[in-house]
Order: sequence, then C-alpha cells, then structure tokens
Amino acid sequence: MADAIVAEGLVKTYGSVRALDGLDLRVPEGTVFGLLGPNGAGKTTCVRILATLLRPDRGQVRVGDIDVLTHPDQVRRIIGLSGQFAAVDDNLTGYENLEMIGRLYQLGKAQARQRAHELLERFELSDAAARPVKTYSGGMRRRLDLAGALLTSPPVIFLDEPTTGLDPRSRLGMWDVINERVRSGTTLLLTTQYLEEADRLADEVMVIDHGRAIAQGTPDELKRQVGGERLEVEVAHTAELETVRGVLEKVCGETASVDPEVRRVSVPAAGGVGALVEVVRQLDTAEVVPLDIGLHRATLDDVFLALTGAATTQRKGGDQ
Amino acid sequence: MNAVAGALHDGWVVTKRNLIKIKRVPDLVIFSSIQPIMFVLLFAYVFGSAIHPAGVNYKDYLMAGIFTQTVAFGSALTAIGLADDLSKGIVDRFRSLPMSRAAVLIGRTTSDLLNNVLVVVVMSSCGLLVGWRIHTDPLRAAGGLALLFLFGYAMSWIAAVIGLSVRSVEVAQQAGFLWLFPLTFLSNAFVTTDGLPAALRAVADWNPVSSVALAMRDLWGNSAAGFGRGSGFPANHPVLMAVLWSAAITAIFLPLSIVKYRRAASR
Repeated sequence: MADAIVAEGLVKTYGSVRALDGLDLRVPEGTVFGLLGPNGAGKTTCVRILATLLRPDRGQVRVGDIDVLTHPDQVRRIIGLSGQFAAVDDNLTGYENLEMIGRLYQLGKAQARQRAHELLERFELSDAAARPVKTYSGGMRRRLDLAGALLTSPPVIFLDEPTTGLDPRSRLGMWDVINERVRSGTTLLLTTQYLEEADRLADEVMVIDHGRAIAQGTPDELKRQVGGERLEVEVAHTAELETVRGVLEKVCGETASVDPEVRRVSVPAAGGVGALVEVVRQLDTAEVVPLDIGLHRATLDDVFLALTGAATTQRKGGDQ
Repeated sequence: MNAVAGALHDGWVVTKRNLIKIKRVPDLVIFSSIQPIMFVLLFAYVFGSAIHPAGVNYKDYLMAGIFTQTVAFGSALTAIGLADDLSKGIVDRFRSLPMSRAAVLIGRTTSDLLNNVLVVVVMSSCGLLVGWRIHTDPLRAAGGLALLFLFGYAMSWIAAVIGLSVRSVEVAQQAGFLWLFPLTFLSNAFVTTDGLPAALRAVADWNPVSSVALAMRDLWGNSAAGFGRGSGFPANHPVLMAVLWSAAITAIFLPLSIVKYRRAASR
C-alpha cells in the first residue's frame, strides 16, 4: 500500500522553542493516523505544515505523492482541513458557508450548490441550513467545519483536535460522524489530546512530545505498553499500604506502585473486573477496608508516565 | 492572465461573503453613517457660522473635505475585518483551499469600497439637505466621486497592512483609526491651510487628503480662487496629485499587504 502522507525530519523552531524536532511519519493510504500529545507537543505545527499553511525549517513533506514545499497549490486540491477552532463565518448561514468553500475549491456554481446541500444532509444540518452560524451550538459548528473539509471528497483529510472544547455528548456524536462518514476510503490524520479518542478513531497512533515521536503503534499496542487498565486502591492508614501492595501484586502478577502521600497503590490489571473482585475478597480476608477501590482506564497522563516518567500536567505554554 | 482571472473570481466570492455581513449586521452601516452625518451637521453649522470664505459657500467647501475624511476613516474597516478573520482562523481555512493568495485581500478591500459608496450616498443626501450643491455637469460630478473612491480604495491597502500587522481586533480598532486624525485634520479638508505655520502648511498642502478634497471642489465648482487652495504645485494640479497619490499608495501598499498576508497567516 502506498503512503498518502510522508514527512521526514521535520524541524520548526519559534525563537528558542523547537516546536518540531526531527519528526518522521508515514500514513498508508486509506488509514487513520492519530497524533497524540499534550498541549505544546507540536501537533498543530505538524498539521499546519502538512496542510501547506506553514513551511518547516527543515525536512521533506509529501502528500498524495506531491511535494508540499514545491507544489503547495497542487496539494491544496487534494486535501481537506478542519482546524482547532471551527473556521466558519458566523454571519453566513450553514449553506452559504459551504457554498462559498465549494466555489473556492473551484467547483462550478451548480456543483457547489449541490455539494453544499448533500453535505448539510449528511451531517444532519439540513434543518439549520438557512440559519446564520452564530445561532449554532459548538457541536453543530464543528460538524459544519468538518463538512467544509469534506466538500470535494478529498482523498486526504487533516483534523486538528476535532473534539476539543466539546461536551462529552457532542464528542461522542463527533466520533460517530468521523467513524461513519469520514474514514471510509479516505486517508485521515487527526490530532488529539485524548487517548480514548485515538483509541476510538485511529488505526495507528504516534505519541509526540516536545516535537519528537516518543512512541508509535496501534492503540492496543500502546495500551499494552501503558498497562491498559489499572487497579487502584486507596487506604486510610499508611500501615496498610504494604498489605495492599502484596495483595495487588499477587492477584495481578505485576509490580505495583505505591504513593504514600495519598496512600494509594496501583497496578496494571489485565484481568479487569475479575481481578477487582479477587482483590476485594483478599483485602476482606486481610481485614483491610479501602477508602476507595476501582479500575481506571489509561489516560494520556498514564501514557506519558509510562513512556517518559513525567506527567503531562504541570506543563506550561500553549499549543504551537 | 490565468492568475489574474483566478484572483478576480476568488476575490469576488470573498467580496460576496463580506457583503452578506453588511446585510446581516446593518448596524455596521448605520453607525458608520452616523459619524459622517454628525460631522456634516456640526461642521456646517458650528464652523459654518464662524467661517465666511469670500466667493464660496462654506457648506460647498466643506462637503468635499468631509467626504475625503469619511472614506479615509472607512479604511479602518479593512484593518478590523482582516484582523478579525486572522484571529478566528478563517484565513487558515482559506489558505488551505486551492484559491488565489490575493483573494482575501481583494475581497476585503472591494467590500469596504462598496461600504464607502453606501456611506457617501447617505452623506450626499444629508449634504444636499443642508444646502450643498454641485455646480458643474454630471461628468465632472462623477469624476470627483471617482477620485474620492479611488483614494478610499488606496487607503484600504494601508489599512490592510495595519490589520495584518496587529492581528488583534481590539488593537486594529485603535491602530486603524488613530493615525487618521492627524492625516485628515492637517489638511484643507475643513479650513484653509493659509493660517498654518510654514512647516505645517507645507505638510498640509502636500497631504493627499488636501489634493483629493481640492480636486473634488474644482470638479464640482465648490472652490473659490483665493480660499483654501494652499500654494505650490499641489494647489495648481489637484486632480493630477489626487490620482498620483492614490496610485502611489496602492503601488506601495498592495504588494506589501500581500507579503504581510503570507507571513501573518503562516505563523
């Protein structure tokens, strides 16, 4: 299978900040690639370079086998971009926004009209088509922006944090839309701060930090690396920590980590709910009553803890 | 040729988008008309009661000046509009499309030109009500208006550079207006430059605002031989100077704003 997106040795600096520090990536045609990382990791910079908006200081970029740096005009004909902030015009109606984008993709009048109506239908915005976008909800604006990126059915699509800022329900809706209506046949590169999102949408995930790739694999491989679900137990007395650690390590067969400050012990739990039940049983026998006990799905923080030993919180600076 | 046709096509698509905003947010035109109407009334009656130029009605003298000031102030819309599009990421969307690189700027300056036309129509009615008249033929009348709009269009390109440099709507609002006060007041727009100290007087006489206002007065029969012409070359060739100024401003700031647009948007 040919690669639809190839980037080699991308470097981009802003003053003394290295937004991208030698990033390589390859996305095979027809697959979904997730770029996962915290704020400021370089995700947006990477997408802006791939989508012809920004020139890297160093490196090679090819999209659809066209050199992005020497032939950006040709690349723009085969890509769709939906950025971090829904770039739709508030004063135009949903229909007018899409029709305008169609005209600027150099579609004829009739074709631009027809595609606008089709896309509004497909993204369940037909009822709101004649309303100015300023009356739309956040989720509707995102869907409209996404519809704009798909207007000409481009073979390569870039989505920069498609669900950031949406409430959980709109986020689920957006995932459905992307899974059902975007991914079929197209090559999709999306960035996200949420491990769960990458898991739901991507075939292959790359974790980046400080402009460099720190891990890559399928979502399952990554989760395995992180330990997937973790079992956590919090107790009232520091004296009980050792007992808990013993029980957790015996049941789960993995090394547990102890945080004396919050009196919490946690361990990777491949056994899921079964392991949880067994741990409860054994703690009961040992006469330890936990304050809190539960299974926790791996988060981006867990990925970072596992990969770099540093949490993503307490980082400063916005996205570059 | 292909690139020019593309720029015009895409520029027109963006112009239509901007015009829809004028339609949907009519307050914008209403408020950008209120200020010039206020100026017409205030200057006509406050200054008009104190200034009695020989050989010309002050209201006739005044209108060309206020028109010039108004289209100059109208250019601030260009700065604000571009800063707004940049800050909202709409420019990013445009730049990812296979469209002309000049289209956003062409669309913005064109729609602001049409906004200027709208405001000038409103002001003319107001001027006619307070007693302003054009005393020449329709051809010269149209010629004066053409010079006015040419100048307004040229000013939009300066404002485009400002809007693309500041990138924030609030700053664009301030920066877009501030420099227009000295530009329009240090001229013959409202009073004759004859009483100014020599150095300031030279500046005022060579000010493009003076040339445009004087050219309109000459074309409309609104000027008197001895009043408010200033002196030197610009006083004797106002139409030529008005055309040259507009052409020079556009020739400098149009390419500059395209360079700025590319840089501003690719940060």
